[in-house]
Amino acid sequence: MGIEFRDVGKTYPDGTVAVTGFSCTVPSHRTLALVGTSGSGKTTLMRMVNRMVEPTTGTVLIDERDVLGLDKVELRRSIGYVPQAGGLLPHRRVVDNVATVPVLTGTPRGAARDAALALLERVGLDPALGRRYPAQLSGGQQQRVAVARALAADPNILLMDEPFGAVDPIVRRGLQDQLLQLQAELGKTIVLVTHDIDEAFRLGDEVVILRTGGIVAQAGTPKEIVAAPADDFVRDFIGADRADRALRTVDIDGRSVVVDGDGRPVGVLE
Amino acid sequence: MSWLEANRDYVLDMLVQHVRLSVPAIVISVVVAIVLGRVAWRWPRVGTVVLGTASLLYSVPALPLLIVIPVLLGIPLRSGLTLVVALAVYGTALLAGTAADAFRSVDGRVREAAEAMGYSRAGLFWKVDLPLAVPVLLSGVRVITVSTVSLVTIGALVGIPSLGNLLTDGFQRDIRAEIVTGVVGTMLLAVVLDVLLVVLGRLATPWRVATPTGGAR
Ligand SMILES: Nc1ncnc2c1ncn2[C@@H]1O[C@H](COP(=O)(O)OP(=O)(O)OP(=O)(O)O)[C@@H](O)[C@H]1O
Ligand SMILES: [Mg+2]
Repeated sequence: MGIEFRDVGKTYPDGTVAVTGFSCTVPSHRTLALVGTSGSGKTTLMRMVNRMVEPTTGTVLIDERDVLGLDKVELRRSIGYVPQAGGLLPHRRVVDNVATVPVLTGTPRGAARDAALALLERVGLDPALGRRYPAQLSGGQQQRVAVARALAADPNILLMDEPFGAVDPIVRRGLQDQLLQLQAELGKTIVLVTHDIDEAFRLGDEVVILRTGGIVAQAGTPKEIVAAPADDFVRDFIGADRADRALRTVDIDGRSVVVDGDGRPVGVLE
Repeated sequence: MSWLEANRDYVLDMLVQHVRLSVPAIVISVVVAIVLGRVAWRWPRVGTVVLGTASLLYSVPALPLLIVIPVLLGIPLRSGLTLVVALAVYGTALLAGTAADAFRSVDGRVREAAEAMGYSRAGLFWKVDLPLAVPVLLSGVRVITVSTVSLVTIGALVGIPSLGNLLTDGFQRDIRAEIVTGVVGTMLLAVVLDVLLVVLGRLATPWRVATPTGGAR
């Protein structure tokens, strides 16, 4: 069950090799975070799941079924998609943006709107914002709407492409918390693309670090990766040698105080 | 004023003829230009040829075109249809490039997200691309509306009645009031249609009214 990438590769028509021989399984109800430098094939891999990109080699399976054997449009409607900033329909009110997929699949508009308003609340937005157009919201609010929209048809799978990449760190943190809380309640199978390693560690049950050409530098749980970075690329990428990752404890008045590489206190060991 | 009062029915009749010639020509131009613009947007190479041909057509002088069309289509020279086809050729030629621009103006991120959500190809065109292309498209439609309304008068030269008759007839019989009525009437019609388009445009793009930046971000 879940999503399986089986030895997939993608070479674009212009000859760009985006991904080569990538294999990975995302168990149901788990979050896979794909991280890597720009152009390392993260988006390409994620898009293979809803057939926005078709692999040139290998297969992508959802619950053991090859996605290439499924109807494109139906497949996409059955998968929640959270685009990067700017992916809302600018000509539709927020409530109608959220109701998009249910309306496409035949839910009466009124019922879909009612459900959409409830969803707005669920992602931490005032339902009154439903009347607005996307341009009348802040960037953070827009991405909350995007999350609500992806959840509207109650899909089993969510695809998220740098969903919080364009908002400031504090707002991003709030959005991440919201997503963690939703995920604890909903248990979706999530593929999340990000270039922010901290976001990958916070949200991902499993993290895959990619290098150019879609080659896996390391895959594992955040703990495994932090504990044993596979090579210098990974060490560098996760900032293993960064002062705030190299923590140690010092004894102060009988308590173990955790300090970072520069000796600044970051907390107390309980 | 007295000439106008005396000839009210005649002027109104010519005005109605004018509308009956220009509106269908405009509508045909818009539809064909959208199709060509879409093709040009989708297949840029074909598009270069299509748009190039279109602008070439625009440079064909009107009178020869009015004579060639009946021959090609086998319709009478003096029928309104001849003029409508000629005007539609000009309108399309003028609008096709703008239509291609209009589709290019749609934010790629929006299209892509819509596609990923599961819009079918047709749904993407009708529900996403077309409505979002309206602002740019409309600017082009306004241009061809004004140009079509003024071009209709040429029909008078080959005997297709419109407000243009007031000009030819007025010149022939040296009636100043008739000429003025023809010119002002044509201009007024163009202005009225233009205002109508602006109003329709606002109704079709409520999101731009609500957000002064036009939702472009
Ligand atoms: N449609 C396309 N045609 C040709 N090459 C493409 C296409 N899409 C992506 N590529 C190339 O494939 C490679 C991987 O792209 P991809 O978008 O998957 O990277 P990414 O990891 O998501 O990068 P970023 O962090 O910048 O979003 C890049 O070299 C990119 O230029
Ligand atoms: Mg990307």
